[in-house]
Amino acid sequence: MKLTKKQRVIVSAILVFLSFILKELKLNIFKVEYYYYQDYGFVITLPNVIMVMSTVISGITIFKNAFNALRYKLVSIELLVSIAVIGAFIIGEYWEAAAVTFLFLLGAFLESITIDKTRKSIKDLLDSSPKIIRILDNGREKLLNPSDVKVGDIVIVKPGEQIGVDGIILEGKAYLNQASITGESMPVFKEENGTVYSGTFIESGYLIIKATKVGKDTTFSKILEVVEEAQDKKARVQRYIEKFSKYYTPGIIILAITFFIITRDLRLSLTLLVIACPGALVLSTPMAVVSAIGNGAKHGILVKGGETLELIGKAKVVAFDKTGTLTVGKPIVTKVRGIGVSTDEVLKISAILETYSEHPLAQAIIKKASEKLGKIDEVPTKTNLIIGKGIAGVYQNKHYLLGNYRLFTNLKIDYEIKEYIAQEESRGQTVILLQEEEQIIGVISLSDEIREESKQLIKSLKKMGIKKVVMLTGDNPLSANYLSQILGIDEYYAELMPDEKVDKLQELQRKYGPTIMVGDGINDAPALTLADIGIAIGGSGNDVSMEIADMVLMSDNIGKLTHGIGLSRKMIKIIKQNITFALVIAFGLLLGVIVQKVNLSLGMLIHELSVIIVLLNSLRLLRYRVDSITA
Amino acid sequence: MQKVIFQLETLTCPSCMAKIQTALQKTKGVLEAEVLFNSSRARVTFDEEQISSKDLIAVIEKLGFKVIGEK
Repeated sequence: MKLTKKQRVIVSAILVFLSFILKELKLNIFKVEYYYYQDYGFVITLPNVIMVMSTVISGITIFKNAFNALRYKLVSIELLVSIAVIGAFIIGEYWEAAAVTFLFLLGAFLESITIDKTRKSIKDLLDSSPKIIRILDNGREKLLNPSDVKVGDIVIVKPGEQIGVDGIILEGKAYLNQASITGESMPVFKEENGTVYSGTFIESGYLIIKATKVGKDTTFSKILEVVEEAQDKKARVQRYIEKFSKYYTPGIIILAITFFIITRDLRLSLTLLVIACPGALVLSTPMAVVSAIGNGAKHGILVKGGETLELIGKAKVVAFDKTGTLTVGKPIVTKVRGIGVSTDEVLKISAILETYSEHPLAQAIIKKASEKLGKIDEVPTKTNLIIGKGIAGVYQNKHYLLGNYRLFTNLKIDYEIKEYIAQEESRGQTVILLQEEEQIIGVISLSDEIREESKQLIKSLKKMGIKKVVMLTGDNPLSANYLSQILGIDEYYAELMPDEKVDKLQELQRKYGPTIMVGDGINDAPALTLADIGIAIGGSGNDVSMEIADMVLMSDNIGKLTHGIGLSRKMIKIIKQNITFALVIAFGLLLGVIVQKVNLSLGMLIHELSVIIVLLNSLRLLRYRVDSITA
Repeated sequence: MQKVIFQLETLTCPSCMAKIQTALQKTKGVLEAEVLFNSSRARVTFDEEQISSKDLIAVIEKLGFKVIGEK
């Protein structure tokens, strides 16, 4: 007879219940006694028969597994339970045998349900990858498997459908639900030339998309990959627990044998075997980690594993990169001043020098120039990028330098210009100077909008007990100071070259312990990589940050950082609760058994209950929301 | 040398994980075996001249765990 797990549990439950009633009523009907030697023998009664039946039905898989494992010379928990059950039969405790096997079966069944539930949010995510993609092939619509779509294919997506590629919109307008990537379910409007991601849904509208990334290269696939890997990366505590439990089980077995040799009390030794598996302790951590990762994924926060969460939860200092992180990262030119030349001339030459640069400041200058002067087609004859400082170049046979103050340290600058620069910087402006041959001929002021959420974020972080909020920037001290004042940042370090950011970070780590580095993964990649914990924001579409950061906020909403840190702390708290509870129960049980207050079935009951309580406690992490602690 | 990942039925007790892992490691021809608890997977590196992935599945199934997929 083949039974499913559920059927087996139900049948055993009925039999156990029935035998319990008969036992309590002392209905020893159909009594047959058979003694094979003096007092030794069987007393067959109806309740006893039912108890044996129940034991066999609920225990058969346990015995089988125990036997199979034994063939590989493995002592499994099933073996210990089997020994206990057989032992119980020998001493005539049919009820105990039936109860223990039933409880073990029921416990395992309930545990599997809870564990499935814990893993569900991750599983749902993994199952939500696009199944079919509609492409336009020679004017005809054609349905393809995601693996058959190539870069450059034209993809059509209709209302309610899922987008199956990363791409650029060629035609159409739509409201998209990007929750699967960013965790934000608020629909986002996208039109021509907008970027769309695989895994997102069209709520209303219609899009024709040119695929730029397909299959495994899409942001969504990368998210899935990270999440899948992360769930089995162990937290540090877990490794200690595994070491402990490795000795715990054999330790209890030895204890059981020793007790039997000394006291000849088989009952006591058997009970010890039943509680020899520290199930609650072993599950205390991995289930909390999985819940936390699942919660993060649902909110657009990618975590690389349990150890990352642990570190984040412990960190007391958060260091931010400025540009693109606390600010939007899209600076605009606010003022141009010409010295001896017209402002248009300054703008034009600067734009030409920056032709090949991708730096956000360069982009801003080019943009402003083309807005004001129309498209500029001229190019410099020679350019040389000076990282962290600016650019040197030749245009119409004249040598130019364009960059920040540091590029000009060995040059005498007029007092009046210095004053002007300082004044601009103290209003939070970034200042770029243009030098022609040996003469400063222009000053360009740029400013970068502060992100809406930045101020609230820093307030929330302090409320959460983050001791220090630090800003690391390549920008000038005056504008760094300006921003720190506005945002409430405790310390700032300005004019840092990329490698100096790394040094500063290491210094902070030495001083304050685990330090979180938050950046956008573009110009702060080295610092993100080297930090104890690197958190990248705006991860969608940015492969680099998804690779190097330990935690990635998929959307641009830096406010989610509070959720990421809060979640990590909550996870640590829940793990601590779980471990404490599991240890108290384990030692309580041990003591209870030794002083003979806990018998076989009670021992098993408490053991299984403690496992389930630990699981349910971990499950709470799935529902964690940040609103409950800050706001 | 060949690598294979088995998708197992959902693993619900960590002790089963240890069981499968040890059994695989003790099997002749297996160079490396790791069982991932949360994703319920077994990652095995083995010598295809000594053992096949079919044999590996047999080991896991004999222990009482279903193998759902292989890749």
